[in-house]
Amino acid sequence: MNMASLWYWIVAAMITAYAVLDGFDLGAGAIYLIAAKEPDERRKVLRAVGPVWDGNEVWLLAAGGTLYFAFPRLYASSFSGFYLPLMMVLWLLILRAIGIEFRAHVASTMWQDFFDVVFSVSSILLALFFGVALGNVVRGVPLDSTGYFFEPLWTNFKLGPQTGILDWYTVLIGAVSLVTLTAHGSYYVALKTDADLGRRARGSALLCWPLQFFLTCSALVATYFIRPEIMTNYGKHGVGILVPIVVFASLALMLWANPSGREKLAFAASSLYIVGMLVGAAFALYPVVLPARDRQNDLTIYNTAAGSHGLTVGLAWWTLGAVLAVGYFVFVYRKFSGKVEVGEGHY
Amino acid sequence: MDSALLVHRLHFAFTATFHYLFPQLTMGLALLIVVLKTIGVWHKNPVYNESARFWGKIFGINFVLGVVTGIPMEFQFGTNWSHFSLFAGGVIGQTLAMEGMFAFFLESAFLGLFLYGEKRLSPRAHWLSAVAVFVGSWLSGYFIIATDAFMQHPTGYFQAADGTVQLSSFWGLVLNPWAGWQYAHNMSGAAITGAFIMAAVGAFYLLSGRFTEHGRVFLKAGVIAGCLFSILQIFPTGDGQGRLVANLQPVTLAAMEGLYQGQTKAPLVILGQPNDEQRKIDNPLEVPGMLSVLTYKRWNAHVQGLDAFPKQDWPGNIPLLYYSYHIMVGLGTIFVAVMVVAVFLLWRGWLFNAKWMLWILMLSAPFPYIANTAGWMTAELGRQPWLVYGLMRTEDGYSKAVSAGNGMFTLLGFMGIYTVLSILFLFLVRREIEAGPVAGH
Ligand code: HDD
Ligand code: HEM
Ligand code: HEM
Repeated sequence: MNMASLWYWIVAAMITAYAVLDGFDLGAGAIYLIAAKEPDERRKVLRAVGPVWDGNEVWLLAAGGTLYFAFPRLYASSFSGFYLPLMMVLWLLILRAIGIEFRAHVASTMWQDFFDVVFSVSSILLALFFGVALGNVVRGVPLDSTGYFFEPLWTNFKLGPQTGILDWYTVLIGAVSLVTLTAHGSYYVALKTDADLGRRARGSALLCWPLQFFLTCSALVATYFIRPEIMTNYGKHGVGILVPIVVFASLALMLWANPSGREKLAFAASSLYIVGMLVGAAFALYPVVLPARDRQNDLTIYNTAAGSHGLTVGLAWWTLGAVLAVGYFVFVYRKFSGKVEVGEGHY
Repeated sequence: MDSALLVHRLHFAFTATFHYLFPQLTMGLALLIVVLKTIGVWHKNPVYNESARFWGKIFGINFVLGVVTGIPMEFQFGTNWSHFSLFAGGVIGQTLAMEGMFAFFLESAFLGLFLYGEKRLSPRAHWLSAVAVFVGSWLSGYFIIATDAFMQHPTGYFQAADGTVQLSSFWGLVLNPWAGWQYAHNMSGAAITGAFIMAAVGAFYLLSGRFTEHGRVFLKAGVIAGCLFSILQIFPTGDGQGRLVANLQPVTLAAMEGLYQGQTKAPLVILGQPNDEQRKIDNPLEVPGMLSVLTYKRWNAHVQGLDAFPKQDWPGNIPLLYYSYHIMVGLGTIFVAVMVVAVFLLWRGWLFNAKWMLWILMLSAPFPYIANTAGWMTAELGRQPWLVYGLMRTEDGYSKAVSAGNGMFTLLGFMGIYTVLSILFLFLVRREIEAGPVAGH
């Protein structure tokens, strides 16, 4: 495999790690107001995500940094082109963080109710926005011949030549993401808590399932219609068949594991589903990294990659950094493993 | 000036300046917490352990602000400076990505353990997690300084055929001589902030007669660290930074000093207002020959003035640059004076009863923030008109695709959100100080 392809898969893997890890705290935020009713239950949810959310979010930063270093032209073009939605994502990330972290400092119901809503609403919107972002990438953007574009938030919700961030297709992918992460967070909360809260979390996952199934199918069909090229790589490389197998097998596994109380397995299946969907998208796009509405202007790994010396050197320190990071994560998750209890620590 | 350019500059300057208010305390406190915690764990001293826990809480609040304001910084290279990112990403992407991989993962993973894991960990493991947070935050400082140093003095790159710069030497980039001095000076500045804040809270407790036992610990740690780092801030680190600027950015030095005409036996201006129109300093209060001595260690050395350089290479805003630099240096001098006296009083055993000194220490709390901000303004304004020194001009680096109106929209959005964050931060920190290091007082 050449350097550019290797870095393509590294970045894709980091984004996937982000989606699986931060996905569960976004999802926990999404069900937070409804599943956790009593003050103690709310604290349990916060305790389940509190010590880990920042580390999870670092995957986003590290993926962004790695993208910057490996594909500077892609970073320059996409970050300025998606200017408005990215800034909104930043604001939502700010709100979510203070929602989690500042709530426990003041023991007043008014204060806590306020930050509860901040946490939950920003989590829901983030889950939606990340899907919309993926939708934009798959659909393609109006790149010009200099490799830049700028998208307004919306035009007319159709897929014309001047697209907006929001159109029917990206909103559909946003909905897939929201439902997927809501289910993912529900499985996580079910895994980390017990009693009524755990039961409600399992119930919420159960409710999500048919929606998730239906939206997954619609998204696959819609994607095929707006961008038939996505089938090219599947036709060329036989391994592609694994993607739909993984996606639908993990859906089936969730449906079975959740009601039968196998919390770990359900959460693992949900993680696998996210991996399957994102790897599937990356597999379909490759080697294009940002498709243009006019295919001549596509950004690919070849016309965006950094110089080869930098990419080679980067491999050495990236490998070391990744091994260390995985080590910290294993250590931290083991220290905070098991069901959370009320009465320990902050939150 | 092109208005989109202006908006993008203000956008970055505002968010970076606001961001750096928090990491400086993070890095400074991380060091001091390790000191307190080490004494607490090894000598099984409960007051030190409680002190470490108390500062851990302030650290936690401050850290959240550092994280939420830091994430926008990382994105803004692409959103607001996309042409710069395209040009330099092959090089500075390295240091920025390393910051994520080596520093942020370490810091964020162990902060959770440090803040919420005291019951789940042994004292030694808890101490280790404090050390890991300290190492993470100081590493993070190094990578971002190395990034900035590349912009001040590019090293380790070559210019590729498509006009972008690409990495030619990893160690050339990471061991940029500019980064060495800048890092030492900047980290010492962060330690000063931590020390002054710790001393100020200690002074507040003693003056208000509450938590006096802990207040004394805070004062002792704050004053000793404050004195040490205030001296290091001037010599050797400030001096080292200054010589780098003199040798590698002589036009910047001339503008910082307000030296419009080059001269031998150049004077050091202590006070005075730069008069850009007439190219002179109004109401100067000078030490003759001092600038020559400081820069070249020779009384009659010639120091180049702005007149030695073409006007288009002068920093754009000379008065602001001049004032930033003089505020930093002036405050630095005052810090040494205050802390040396305080350490003297501590040594004689008079500090805890010297009300006047406690008042001074308490009221000094904001000044390290001003000095650090002024220092960064000196560095960033002094680099102008270059974005990457000698290679790319600021006017060529911003995101041409993002209009002034869209930039203004998000700048105003950040201003609003950051105002709310500031209020929340002050409110929560005040509550922690009010509640104190031990319950029930
Ligand atoms: C507590 C904060 C503080 C204090 C008291 C000082 N500095 Fe400073 N200085 C900084 C905090 C700082 C900083 C924030 O750390 C800067 C900005 C960029 C950087 O890396 O360090 C800086 C930059 C900086 C520069 C580089 C400007 C450039 O890059 O163009 C010089 C020449 C000095 N300082 C010199 C001094 C001297 C001679 C001081 C003697 C009193 C001094 N500083 C006190
Ligand atoms: C945290 C401390 C920092 C502060 C307070 C700060 C402050 C500023 C200020 C005031 C400006 C505006 C200069 C002008 O437009 O005339 C600026 C610009 C800029 N700084 Fe910094 N800066 C900091 C750190 C950094 C670092 C570490 C980097 C690089 C990694 C950086 C990169 C930039 C860039 C790209 C611009 C925009 C281009 C320009 O106007 O020069 N800054 N910063
Ligand atoms: C202008 C360029 C800068 C960028 C792009 C940037 C980026 C970031 C990011 C993304 C975070 C959040 C990390 C997390 O989630 O844990 C952060 C926090 C932090 N930054 Fe910055 N930063 C900049 C300037 C600086 C400077 C100049 C320093 C100090 C030398 C610094 C030191 C830190 C530290 C120590 C943290 C840890 C959190 C905290 O201290 O509150 N940053 N920064």
